[in-house]
Amino acid sequence: MNAGERLRRTMMFVPGNSPAMLKDAGIYGADSIMFDLEDAVSLSEKDAARTLVYESLQTIDYGEAEKVVRINSIDTPYYLDDVRVMVKAGIEVIRLAKTDTAEMIQQLAKDTAAAEKEFNQPVGSTKLMAAIESARAVVNANKIAAASPRMMGIALSAEDYTTDLKTHRYPDGQELSYGRNVILHAARAAGICAFDTVFTNLDDEAGLIRETKLIHQLGFDGKSVINPRQIPIINQIYEPTQFEIEQAQEVITAINVAHEKSSGVIALKGQMVDRPVVMRAQRVMKLAIASNLVDEEGNYLEK
Amino acid sequence: MKNSIGVELPDNLMNQYHYQPFITTKFDYPEISRVAPVVRINTNQSKVVDSLDDLIKENVKDGMTISFHHHLREGDQIFNYVMQAIINLGIKDLTLAPSSLTNVMNEMVIKAIKAGTITNITSSGMRGTLGKAVSRGLLKNPVIFRSHGGRARAIATGKIKIDVAFLGVPNSDEMGNANGMNGEAVFGSMGYALIDARYANRVVLLTDNLVDYPNTPASINQTQVDYVVKVDQVGDPTKIGSGATRFTKDPKELQIAQMINEVIVHSPYFKEGFSFQTGSGGAALAVTRYLRQAMLKRKIKSSFALGGITNSTIELLNEGLVNKIMDVQDFDQIAATSMRDNKNQQEIDASWYADPFNKGAMVTKLDVVILSALQVDTSFNVNVLSGSDGIIRGAIGGHQDAATAKLTIISAPLTRGRIATIVPKMTSITTPGASVDVVVTEYGIAINPQRRDLISYISKIPDIPLYSINELAEKAVDIVGEAQLPEYFNRPVGLVEYRDGTLIDVINQVKI
Repeated sequence: MNAGERLRRTMMFVPGNSPAMLKDAGIYGADSIMFDLEDAVSLSEKDAARTLVYESLQTIDYGEAEKVVRINSIDTPYYLDDVRVMVKAGIEVIRLAKTDTAEMIQQLAKDTAAAEKEFNQPVGSTKLMAAIESARAVVNANKIAAASPRMMGIALSAEDYTTDLKTHRYPDGQELSYGRNVILHAARAAGICAFDTVFTNLDDEAGLIRETKLIHQLGFDGKSVINPRQIPIINQIYEPTQFEIEQAQEVITAINVAHEKSSGVIALKGQMVDRPVVMRAQRVMKLAIASNLVDEEGNYLEK
Repeated sequence: MKNSIGVELPDNLMNQYHYQPFITTKFDYPEISRVAPVVRINTNQSKVVDSLDDLIKENVKDGMTISFHHHLREGDQIFNYVMQAIINLGIKDLTLAPSSLTNVMNEMVIKAIKAGTITNITSSGMRGTLGKAVSRGLLKNPVIFRSHGGRARAIATGKIKIDVAFLGVPNSDEMGNANGMNGEAVFGSMGYALIDARYANRVVLLTDNLVDYPNTPASINQTQVDYVVKVDQVGDPTKIGSGATRFTKDPKELQIAQMINEVIVHSPYFKEGFSFQTGSGGAALAVTRYLRQAMLKRKIKSSFALGGITNSTIELLNEGLVNKIMDVQDFDQIAATSMRDNKNQQEIDASWYADPFNKGAMVTKLDVVILSALQVDTSFNVNVLSGSDGIIRGAIGGHQDAATAKLTIISAPLTRGRIATIVPKMTSITTPGASVDVVVTEYGIAINPQRRDLISYISKIPDIPLYSINELAEKAVDIVGEAQLPEYFNRPVGLVEYRDGTLIDVINQVKI
């Protein structure tokens, strides 16, 4: 993983037609906010929601959060206006619903580039991500993930996917194990992020914890969330332990020592430190800072 | 004349009502005198009377002051019953001095004002149609708003002289021994009513539940009571308090609650034996749950919880995390019935709770309080009485009193719909900023710059966005835009007393 990459533990869905939720979306500490123009919005409200999200992006301060929009799929009449208006608004990431093929992403990349030119946005500034929602998409995941240099990540969307598989979601998630692993490998092979699906039962906190622990173990960057209440629960699972933080700090100290000595070899306790260890240490520190577990001087804070 | 927070107070009003301007939240050690009620000696074997009308005819005269309590809240069936009888008898020019007015009383008060029965009101607050009508000038004389502690002070010092108190109780014996803990209309502590029972010249108990003599434990006792009246129903139990106050699922309220909890836990007051008051708002209740976790984790117990009590406080008591509950009123059935069974849930009266002019109220020992707000201004003053449109829609309650705690936290969303809560200028001032320490919104917190000590503790918490109060006000403007202040006539409809009886603000008649 690229050490400069931002944390994306939580990507919060915000219905594009809800002024109250658009107004407050920035206060819950989601790493990414995903404004939804697709399933959350009824057909009669598509244009109004697009305008509302555009205005929100002009007016409301979403702080550090990454701003993502889920647009309507490529075969709908809303798709092109969604791309143009969101690019004009300066959205950071466009998420394409129901991405089945790499060609769909290439089409989106083309339309995005055209919109960037039309609205004087820097060409290439808008990132893309794909929602994997069918068996066909899982089979094509490697190509989709590598379809464009604009690709930032791919996400599993389990509701449509399990229907396509002729099953439904079970508490243990066995039905998703193939899809999750395929998506994760496709993402990592392409050097992009992998997001897990939403957990829909808001009252089942134990279930959310169980599922998040699983996808954290697999290696996912994070998870989509449908309610702000889920954010602290997920973040907690992504928190590094005090031991991990202290180890990471030792590694980083060793890096700095090596730099001071202009040495290409990083050594810790007489052992050479490999590149993956360095990268893991950097990610642990990034998580530790995001979780408020260390202060400015890097001291561990007891929560 | 201006008071110390810059409110212009009309001289004629100050003279007419013998007011001093508000100066400070601190008191020296003044000596005051308490008044004593007129006592009509009674050697009857029973005080039960059949006819409310006869009782009123004999005891309520034109120009008198009558009082009620609001422990039955929206389930109250006493106020309307008694007031209708008084209107029917053609009595005029009364001063209405209840502990507060709930919505269920609104139409009857309006009717009594229009009939000339009521010409003066003093209350903790008012809402709904009555608040609107008074704000638009229905009542000739301004309403005097007093906090719960302020009312106890005003009664004890004779500023309010109650001629007849009509007090609904869920049980009484024939001599007037009564409590709030048993019966259909159980409401728990009768903390506000106890003041009326002690100081009114005539005390009338109304109950639907006459029990065997002697009735114990007696919160109001027979030495104070003149009459006992049997009625069909004192109150609707489903509306007196909710079954159990529910835990909020609103993410915004939870966000505020979490931040409040962080502020408390990182303050120097969060230590063994600390005391707190939370009130009944959604966020405040959620704080109780977060506090519980923090207390368990840090192995800290609270010496007492104060004020209005809900089942979430009772849970802490039963779990041994709170040693005592000092209970002036109960907001739900669980809290109300718990007092009967738990000796560590002590009923306290409004004076013991919050009266600034006694020999020591509980609020002076209070460490942490969470209070709500309709508006907060950039000097940390708080308004809990009037809306952004200038219309009276709230009550002081114990706000001014509890705000004297060592750590006073105001819980308020930055905006409510399209209305900003943190504003440069409010429609009225209830509680002076000098007694407010921290304002918590869903966006972050602001600390009163006078509390440098708190700033140094709390600015170290990485989870909490710390802003200046001006920055929060600007943030609100960014979201909802600049608001216009309502327009007023130059005619006072409300006088807001500070708890010590000085005048803190004047509410004028609105033009809408």
